[in-house]
Amino acid sequence: MKKLINVNVNGTARSHEVEPRLLLVHYLRDVLNLTGTHVGCETSLCGACTVNVDGQAVKSCTMFAVQADGANVTTIEGLAHDGELHPVQQGFWECHGLQCGYCTPGMIMCAAQLLERNASPSHAEIRHGLEGNLCRCTGYQHIVQAVEYAAKNRG
Amino acid sequence: MRQKYVGQRVKRTEDPRLIQGLGHYVDDIRLPDTLHVAFVRSIYAHARLTRVEVSEALQAPGVVAVYTGRDVEKIGPVPCAGALPDLKVPDHRVLAKDKVYFVGHPIAAVVATDPYLARDAIDLIMVDYEELPVVVDAETAAQDGGAIIHEQFGTNVAYKLTAGEGDIDAAFAGSDHVIKQRIVNQRLAPVAMEGRGVLARYYPGEQELTVWSSTQIPHLLRTQLAIMLGMPENKLRVITPEVGGGFGSKLNVYAEEALLGWISMQTGKPAKWIETRRENMQATIHGRDQIGVIEIGCMNDGTLTGLRYNVIADLGAYHQLLTPAIPTLTGLMLSGCYKIPAIQINVTAVFTNKMATDAYRGAGRPEATYAVERAVDLVAAELGLDVVEVRQRNFPQPDEFPFKTATGLFYDSGNYQAALAKALANADYTKLRAEQAQAREQGRIMGIGISTYVEICALGPSQAMPAGGWESATVRIEPTGAVTVLTGASPHGQGQETSFAQLAADELGVEMDAVTVIHGDTSIVQYGIGTFGSRATAVGGTAVYIAIERLKEKALKIAAHLLGADAASVAFLDGKFTAHGAQNNDAPVSDPGEVPAPIVPMGQDPAGALPEPEADGKHVTMQAVALAAHLAKDLPPDMEPGLSATYFFEPKNFTFPFGTHIAVVEIDRDTGEIKFQRYVAVDDCGKVLNPMLVDGQVHGGIVQALGQALYEEVVYDEQGQLVTGTLMDYAVPRAHMLPWFELDRTETPSPVNPLGVKGVGEAGTIGATPAIVNAVVDALAPFGIRHLDMPLKPETIWRIVNA
Repeated sequence: MKKLINVNVNGTARSHEVEPRLLLVHYLRDVLNLTGTHVGCETSLCGACTVNVDGQAVKSCTMFAVQADGANVTTIEGLAHDGELHPVQQGFWECHGLQCGYCTPGMIMCAAQLLERNASPSHAEIRHGLEGNLCRCTGYQHIVQAVEYAAKNRG
Repeated sequence: MRQKYVGQRVKRTEDPRLIQGLGHYVDDIRLPDTLHVAFVRSIYAHARLTRVEVSEALQAPGVVAVYTGRDVEKIGPVPCAGALPDLKVPDHRVLAKDKVYFVGHPIAAVVATDPYLARDAIDLIMVDYEELPVVVDAETAAQDGGAIIHEQFGTNVAYKLTAGEGDIDAAFAGSDHVIKQRIVNQRLAPVAMEGRGVLARYYPGEQELTVWSSTQIPHLLRTQLAIMLGMPENKLRVITPEVGGGFGSKLNVYAEEALLGWISMQTGKPAKWIETRRENMQATIHGRDQIGVIEIGCMNDGTLTGLRYNVIADLGAYHQLLTPAIPTLTGLMLSGCYKIPAIQINVTAVFTNKMATDAYRGAGRPEATYAVERAVDLVAAELGLDVVEVRQRNFPQPDEFPFKTATGLFYDSGNYQAALAKALANADYTKLRAEQAQAREQGRIMGIGISTYVEICALGPSQAMPAGGWESATVRIEPTGAVTVLTGASPHGQGQETSFAQLAADELGVEMDAVTVIHGDTSIVQYGIGTFGSRATAVGGTAVYIAIERLKEKALKIAAHLLGADAASVAFLDGKFTAHGAQNNDAPVSDPGEVPAPIVPMGQDPAGALPEPEADGKHVTMQAVALAAHLAKDLPPDMEPGLSATYFFEPKNFTFPFGTHIAVVEIDRDTGEIKFQRYVAVDDCGKVLNPMLVDGQVHGGIVQALGQALYEEVVYDEQGQLVTGTLMDYAVPRAHMLPWFELDRTETPSPVNPLGVKGVGEAGTIGATPAIVNAVVDALAPFGIRHLDMPLKPETIWRIVNA
């Protein structure tokens, strides 16, 4: 039996009837066609699916869409404003914080939320903050530098 | 020519789309009426299928079709391109029919209107298995008398191979010492963050099949799919959209790729399959998995005399594309960066009830480098010499290149002393050894590990490759002056959209944003080989470079014609052709550094009209030449219109990048945990197009090596069940587990290609593993340890230090 949910996604009010078992990541990708959020493991271990739900970085592959009823959700597509990249996005570009780009949206969403909690994290704090997100390409060092760049340029 | 971009840390042109979530990986491509496929996979490692009952699943909501092994017999076998003498090749069908050979072996494909419904229906398919004896251990598989996986062969040995030059027995007989060590290179999972994925769409009217696949080899895949599906190759189009990592795991042709094409042909609708992580761990190729015994001979002064490696290679149950070829690469690289007069490898490659091994980043070379670099440390330990001294003593001198090895290779260029010296200086090696002595006095457990590696890259000359070792490029300048580069390489994170644009922009004297690099679409791009074996820049970049040279030759003739000058008097500099000694010498000379603007103004009247090519009598821009070439109203007699050049570059040799990695570790006595104090690397990949991209490749490579050294291991239990089937159990390194990498470079150009580049994609993976293990073994030397097998788990180390 489908259930009506109301979710604000990237500043737009959305309303859909969804199956209770529909995962949030599939709601975003398959219902709203926001395919920037990726699925990497289906088990909350890789973080590729990280989005922001009411201010928290959440792995959307293990949250049901119905659990997001009434929530404010920001995805990677909603991070830039008026054509201006978010400082974390800019940092990833400047510092070569991505290669294949698959983990990148989740990594950026997690890093952006990390900076909300800690405006000038140390390298160790950045690494600890990102330990729930796997990257197989970069070896993380450029990602650490990207987040550091963002922290310095957040204004 | 003035270089603006090559050699600079140019930001990637790929990134804006990727950092905004606007790229398109396979699962991001949406076609109307797409059907979704899910697979029933074997839960046993070795069993006879006595019944596969699909009727209930066929009645399930949304289910359109279910296919089993009997339905797909017309699809040709999954190909193996590795040709070796007396190689046993099992008939590898896209779905199991009578028997299953590994956990994850596909048995049936469910096709439904929705991925959730496809997954639901899997549980309604009844499979009856009759379990068979399981062969898991490779050393057991190599012996006669046990259970046989492929009965028709009467053995589990797929092939045996002996290679190498020099009299190894005589070399050992004449040595002061011969040291022997069993060395295990454990099985690894590539774990690209995007698993595999396939979307296929068949148009019955046109009889055209388009397959979007997350692959590293679009053209080779197209050829193989045409054979498997029995359709004309030119009715098949393979597109690789964004590819979320490969590391060799997508240098392959998989059953699912053919099946999805076939399903779309059967149903007349698009069909999509997106691999789950569990499927990725079970049924995407694994890497490494060699059990070796290395023997190394030496004189008392540390001079190496001979090396023998007897290795059992675990191939898994079937051959994938290059499965049997991987151990042969190990054999090629057994000389390391040393002069070793006699080398022998004896490979016994066996079938086991596991997923196939194949090319995983490094592909046979990390195994060789690990064995050699461990062996050199064993020599130093045996002789009481410093590990640096033994290495230096056996390096070829820089003037000895091209250097011939006893494995039959000619190393193109090298200066191993320089990279080692730089790394030692950057790490302050002498001081580190003093610190270590002090630490030991204080009861701390500190170790310093060195690896001086050489690798074989830019694969490679076609003679040495199963399906062509060249690479292709087309470079064309459109009527508007836009530059299009079509490369046969298939980058998936390496950044060649940027580095090839850097190259083209410099060579053509235009801004980078005038250049678009296109790859990964067999209907747009000329045939290519793909991205693997650290080849894309050295082979594919060279193809781009030479295609541009050809294009410029033609452009110069047109320019000379437009200038009314003799071609010999025309020179090309910074985007302009200039006639020397032509008329109109008083024409204003613009700043040669200024890049000319495109000459077709957008949005100006009359709409659609192209302006006349401008030549001021002394100068003509490349853009004007391109326009003239397309308008074709005023070309030299018999000149072919258009401005495009295609080049297929066949390298004469491999390239051999090298370097030195130094790891400094300290072991926590209470926990057995390994903590890095320093990680210093000096890599030499020849000329560098973009240092930022090179650093990224090295970082990523080191972390995959570090994963092998300390964390990663694919584990099958004695029943052949995959114990490490999720990312909970398979330990991919995370950000907080890693040291800060201190990188540096030396630059020894390769003579093999005009760019002087060697390749860097696998350097870190090859160089770092032995450096880390050597460091830990060095730390534990006071405990009598000379070797430990990977991954170096805290538990193992704790037991040693607390024995």
